[in-house]
Amino acid sequence: MSVRALLDTRLLPVLVVAAIVIVLPLFFPSAYYYRIGALVFIFALAVVGLNLLMGFAGQVSLGHAGFLGIGAYAVAIGPVHFGMPSWLCLFAGAVVSGAVAFAVGRPILKLKGHYLAVATLGFGLLVAIVLTNEANWTGGPDGMNVPALTLFGWRVHGSDVWYWIAGATFVGGFLLALNLMDSPTGRALQAIHDSEIAARVLGIDVARKKLVIFIISAVYASVAGSFLALFNGLITPDAAGFLGSIELVAMVVLGGMGSVIGSLVGAAVLVVLPQALTVFHEYEQALLGLIVMVFMIFLRQGIVPSAALVLRGWRK
Amino acid sequence: MAELLQFVFSGLTVGAIYALVALGFTLIYNASDIINFAQGEFVMLGGMTTVFAALAGVPLPLAALIAVAVTTGVGLALHRFAIEPARGASPVVLIMITIGASVFLRGVAQIVFDKRFHSLPSLFGNDPIRFAGAAILPQSLVVLAGVAAIVVLLWLFIERTLLGKAVIATAANRLAARLTGVNTRRIVDFSFAVSAAIGAIAGILITPIALTSYDVGTLLALKGFAAAMLGGIGSPLGAVVGGLLIGMIEALSAGYISSSYKDAAAFLIILIVLVAMPQGLFGRVKVERV
Amino acid sequence: MRAMQRVAATAVIGLCAVLGAGLQASAQIKVGAVLSVTGPASFLGDPEKRTLEIYVDEINAKGGVNGQKLQLIVYDDAGNANNARTFATRLVEEDKIDAMVGGSTTGSTLAMMPVFEDAKIPFISLAGAVQIIQPVRKWVFKTPHTDTMACEKIFADLKQRNLTTVALISGTDAFGKSMRDQCVAVAPKAGIKIAHEESYGPRDSDMTPQLTNIRNAAGVQAVVNPGFGQGPAIVTRNYRQLAIKLPLYQSHGVASKQFIELAGPAAEGVRLPAAALLIADKLPASDPQKPVVVNYTRTYQQKTGQAVSTFGGHAYDGLMILVQAMQRAKSADKAKVRDEIEKTKGYIGTGGIVNMSPTDHLGLDLSAFHMLEIKNGDWTLVPGT
Repeated sequence: MSVRALLDTRLLPVLVVAAIVIVLPLFFPSAYYYRIGALVFIFALAVVGLNLLMGFAGQVSLGHAGFLGIGAYAVAIGPVHFGMPSWLCLFAGAVVSGAVAFAVGRPILKLKGHYLAVATLGFGLLVAIVLTNEANWTGGPDGMNVPALTLFGWRVHGSDVWYWIAGATFVGGFLLALNLMDSPTGRALQAIHDSEIAARVLGIDVARKKLVIFIISAVYASVAGSFLALFNGLITPDAAGFLGSIELVAMVVLGGMGSVIGSLVGAAVLVVLPQALTVFHEYEQALLGLIVMVFMIFLRQGIVPSAALVLRGWRK
Repeated sequence: MAELLQFVFSGLTVGAIYALVALGFTLIYNASDIINFAQGEFVMLGGMTTVFAALAGVPLPLAALIAVAVTTGVGLALHRFAIEPARGASPVVLIMITIGASVFLRGVAQIVFDKRFHSLPSLFGNDPIRFAGAAILPQSLVVLAGVAAIVVLLWLFIERTLLGKAVIATAANRLAARLTGVNTRRIVDFSFAVSAAIGAIAGILITPIALTSYDVGTLLALKGFAAAMLGGIGSPLGAVVGGLLIGMIEALSAGYISSSYKDAAAFLIILIVLVAMPQGLFGRVKVERV
Repeated sequence: MRAMQRVAATAVIGLCAVLGAGLQASAQIKVGAVLSVTGPASFLGDPEKRTLEIYVDEINAKGGVNGQKLQLIVYDDAGNANNARTFATRLVEEDKIDAMVGGSTTGSTLAMMPVFEDAKIPFISLAGAVQIIQPVRKWVFKTPHTDTMACEKIFADLKQRNLTTVALISGTDAFGKSMRDQCVAVAPKAGIKIAHEESYGPRDSDMTPQLTNIRNAAGVQAVVNPGFGQGPAIVTRNYRQLAIKLPLYQSHGVASKQFIELAGPAAEGVRLPAAALLIADKLPASDPQKPVVVNYTRTYQQKTGQAVSTFGGHAYDGLMILVQAMQRAKSADKAKVRDEIEKTKGYIGTGGIVNMSPTDHLGLDLSAFHMLEIKNGDWTLVPGT
């Protein structure tokens, strides 16, 4: 394949992201930056999944942190209560999340708009409540320790190591998402987003496609949650709570709904911004709210689509 | 038997609080299809402003009026400066703006006020009314009366006044409303202002029971939103029924089943109801012409 | 020409100031603090932040520590353990702190501990749970009384009044849950039977269903309410609403004048374990803690206009223990300071008299708690406690 052909394929964005992942650490003066980078990629992974659901298929989810919580607690409960190795618990968590998404998604994906939002909100809150109350399993509101991941006898530990793991997984998830969008399922989802009734008329099994994307987005969030727990060595129920879900939605919308690279941008903004705003001390909260509002009013498509529009305007 | 009555009283107390918050969501939704997550902050502003004005020496009734006025102003500002410029954006973006606004208002509140929690004196004293072995606070009855009054006023407004019809027209089809001479911008202004006022009044009435602090808004908005959806968004009666129902489920679950899962029970019921009735209890069935 | 000279002069002065500040900054002792200033634990974090700021300023005004000024770096984790961990990493890697006083909640403390242990930086936590210091970790200390001690004190008082069967109504927040777990654990040894349990959410507005169940439970002689924030105030009000006459015990997390204001007449007769800080003016003149707590109360109220809080007191103790350790070590060297913190003996603070050792990184015993009762809208000391 010629270089030009390669650049024209959908691999280009993936290569760009991979390049970013590899080049970025050259600018990192300390482990703190590795940690921020790792957190950005972990959340970006969850956001890619949510973006597939919200931006692409047009379904609102205000409870997605619930799946993040399931994945996170899977790698805590598994090793501590069942003696399972962490990597196996990661897969188990993803499977459980998928199963829960299947069970919950079937009835509630029939709902539309704000009603779906409330239903997913309820789901997220239910997960958070169970995680908080079942202290014998989950350690209660103070959370529980997460034993470090061991791969081939080597203990995975340290912000820099997790940076590479999270970055690599994000690139993989990114590629998968792009593939999905170009697949028949992806096109069906776009059709559903544009007009559900027209899609149904064309013979698309709307309910099934919505469920599939719900399950996929749940699995993305679960893996991200497992990474977060393993990285921090500790997990608390507020990772699955309402504020966590809102943060994920904000990352999707800020970066650009339907834009996979926007997921990375949105995650980066919302992870880095609170760190940058600490200089403002007690004005931090007010400023954060103000910035989110301003972004949404003036860049309502999201950062990446708006930037693309501007670039296109320049090119002309 | 006395316990059941006590649980019912508790459910009514808490449910009335949720109903008042849920009513605030209704008017804005009716005028503009927007879910305003900053509604909880309106409730907070009503309570906290009254508390701090009273602490500064202003007599309580005047403090309450100031609080309602300030909150109404904030509601108007929210519409003019945050929502209006983003008109035409997708619903999720608009929700995100209101969430940003609620974070902003909370951030400002913690600087202007403080981080402690506060109370207001009850309208009719603290001695509970005892009835058949159960006790209910007079303030709970005040809140319930407030709910009833607001529902009746809203219903009268929407059904019986020209302005109310204009609100419905704006929500149904903005362009058509403008073509018939309705100043849609003023209408939505008005709906935000009135919702903010309702929120402020709710805050003032609720604080003697539930206390107030700079961050009461979040959970109240959550439960109020859920109540409004349960009842069918857009229907004031639905908002009240939704609120009271959630309050009742919480109280009865806490009393009879398990107090740690009472919130879970409420949300589980909401999920079940929505799956069975996708429009909520009193919601209008949306007919989409293809 | 004169304008140019003026500009040049300003520039030189400005440069000196910046350089001077830079020089001064490099000679400062950096104390980090990650506190829950906003969020669900702001009730703890806000007074802690204010206290640290007030006293760092005071210490610097008096010349600092070992001739160096203290620089306080505060980050707000908003009650989120993940954020706490990130800020801890930032304090270690970017701000290069010499010591850490903070961690308003147990969750954030546990999340941050590995970071400070790896970096070998002394960490004085401001959180309550006993597992922070049990098992003892070399670099981790704490100043607040453990919730175990609070339970033991309450149970001892109950035993004194011949009340042995109790009901618990606890908040589902971390503070309430942790204290509830400890009460359940120490009850058998203290000869107390827990007959019935209920719980409530930290933001709930009505607890009458739970209290009704407690009232109907057989054999209950007293009620204990582990929790903090607004919940206990509402529980107390509901208690009176339901005309429950059993003795009510609150937790040490509630210890502030505001509780009495909010609970109103319902607070009459409520007992709780509290540090001497709360009854500063009622302490006998012979009490060694009196000067410290009176001084702190006055300073805090003067500078913030708010009533003093136990949590602010813990921050004060944490800072002072650290500062005194640095003075004894005559340096800010992390290992030396850690050793000196561990050797703290006879430190008189707001929480009690602290005597640490290699096996005890808290240094308080039950005598640090007094049992208080609310009478006529004010705290009174229950005699003999």
